[in-house]
Amino acid sequence: MSAEETVPGSRGAWASRTAIYAALILWSVICLFPIFWTVTTSFKTAPDVTQGHLIPFVDFQPDWRGWRSLGLSPDTIGEISTPRAEFLKRFWNSVIVATSASALAVVLGSLAAYGLSRFSYSFGFMRNKDISFFFLSQLILPPVVLALPFLVLYKELALLDSRLGIILIYTLTVLPIVIWIMRDQFHGIPVELEEAALVDGLSIWGAFFQIVLPIALPGMVAAFILSLVLCWNEYFFAALLTSTSANTLPVMVASQTGSQGINWWSMAALSTAAILPLVIIGIVLERYIIKGMAAGAVK
Amino acid sequence: MTAVDADRLHTVSPDDLPAGRVRAGRILIWLASAVLVGTFLLQALHAAGMLAPGFATWRPVVYAYVAWGIALGIAQVLMRGEQGKRVLFVLPAVLFTVAMVIFPLLFGLWIAFSDWNLSGATGRRFNGLDNLRQMWTDPFYWNALRNMLWYVLAILVEYAIAFGLAMLLNADIRARKFWRVVFLMPLMLSPVAVSWMVGKSMLEIRFGPVASFARWLGWDSPSFFGTPEIARATIMVMDAWTFIPFMMIMLLAGLQSLPREVLEAVRVDGATRWQSFREVIFPLMLPVSVTVIVIRIIFKLKLADIIITVTSGGPGGATDSVTSFIFREYRDRSNVGYGTLLAMVYLVLIVISVTALLSLFNRLLARSHGVSQ
Repeated sequence: MSAEETVPGSRGAWASRTAIYAALILWSVICLFPIFWTVTTSFKTAPDVTQGHLIPFVDFQPDWRGWRSLGLSPDTIGEISTPRAEFLKRFWNSVIVATSASALAVVLGSLAAYGLSRFSYSFGFMRNKDISFFFLSQLILPPVVLALPFLVLYKELALLDSRLGIILIYTLTVLPIVIWIMRDQFHGIPVELEEAALVDGLSIWGAFFQIVLPIALPGMVAAFILSLVLCWNEYFFAALLTSTSANTLPVMVASQTGSQGINWWSMAALSTAAILPLVIIGIVLERYIIKGMAAGAVK
Repeated sequence: MTAVDADRLHTVSPDDLPAGRVRAGRILIWLASAVLVGTFLLQALHAAGMLAPGFATWRPVVYAYVAWGIALGIAQVLMRGEQGKRVLFVLPAVLFTVAMVIFPLLFGLWIAFSDWNLSGATGRRFNGLDNLRQMWTDPFYWNALRNMLWYVLAILVEYAIAFGLAMLLNADIRARKFWRVVFLMPLMLSPVAVSWMVGKSMLEIRFGPVASFARWLGWDSPSFFGTPEIARATIMVMDAWTFIPFMMIMLLAGLQSLPREVLEAVRVDGATRWQSFREVIFPLMLPVSVTVIVIRIIFKLKLADIIITVTSGGPGGATDSVTSFIFREYRDRSNVGYGTLLAMVYLVLIVISVTALLSLFNRLLARSHGVSQ
């Protein structure tokens, strides 16, 4: 703190600190209240919902009803339950699709970004700048442009309602983001490291795997996590291209909201279960997400 | 497909490859291309009913394409040695993108000018410019485009809020990491879950907490999707809620990379907070701001999930985005032709407006730099 700063303890400094913390708390409430509401609603019974009770144990007595309807409450967890099997199937689909697509995108994207940051290519009339633009310009392609062509193509390829089909299209949607992040990463690694490795007798690919990759690993994790978040939450393609066997959690959540006479507690339980993995990832791996998003912002 | 000399990473490569090796590479490419074209022709003729033997689906053509890609990679190494090995870095991503974007786009152009009901028995029927004519007189499509304009304009408000939050997080506060995690949370949630959590549950007119709060504030009969304006505003707020953290994090990264000496000098000069923000911080943040806003616009143009699950475009199409409109159009009539044409026109409009916007921003940036120096 510099000498010019208002004297600590003075009224001006105190007022501005109060304002800052008040704003922080206000926005935190805006961010967290919907999550709090959803989690608590999953423990409510009908009267608690309709009377707008808020605080568990004070306003209302928590009840396992919502979780029981999913087969995930303590008393039903040991029994066979169709809703739970259904839920787990969707959950598992989401896990497989999101991780495979992100992994594939990180592999393809890192290789391409490394090549583009180290060598000069010319594919026909395209130079490095054009190739980079070709990849990054995919970002402005709205999903709806590809959606219906893919619907027809996937039907012909028997990829409709299959995990593989969804994985491929998710890989495509996150690939430009991965390339963006990784290009930035590789630019930050000095070329001298690889030159030294080449002098020591490693090949280009050897230097890439043994020298560059370990340094770029945090960036790759960041790109992977960011892709994971995007794939896990994707709804549009999943709603169009899957029907019964490969649909993901967002599709399941959305299909319940349409029905008449919503069961508040079970919807809340389902939503909670759908967002929980990402909330945990957000808390534990926050620095990677921020690293990934900040990569492109500052040049 | 050669790597020219100006590489950042120089390598010494022996360029005298045996002629037999080069020839083997060339033969491999020809062979793989022949297999790919052969598989495609066989299946095309089979699908057209002109040839009895064939496959049940087109999937073997995909396998042939993958095999062709692998052969192309091997051939590069055979024919070009070290140079070819460099091409291998970019080749997989290029082949993947060509197969997944360029080909479907061309295919999309082919279906855009047709009447093709997927559930009907007739199959594809070329109908020339009929779809274009239908689009011209489709009030719902133009309405959806107009809505997109409103949605994009809402980004200015989101930007202002995100900038404020980034400044907050960059201030001298305790437990910065905690606040950052909390502020990031909305971004982690799936728009579909948010649709239910906020749109259907918290905005429930009778007992949703937000409705109760609005009543407490004095709004007698709160309704968040009743009139077109309010419904659109509600969608904007929900979308802003999930995406403000995204803009905030990028702006925060920008704030943290501002040169310390400049900020220090401003403070020594005795500028007020508002002055230092307006004269120094904001101008210095312009490049980051432009990046953030452009990326946010790109994401906004894809807006659909919340609208599809909360309002389905209602009331009377007031909240429709282009994507949600085409989604519904397909769901109701399962006609891929018209929907694809609408999407193609949308893409053209996007490319034109984003390009125009970028050049406008570039000019603005260049001018502001000229002034500040």
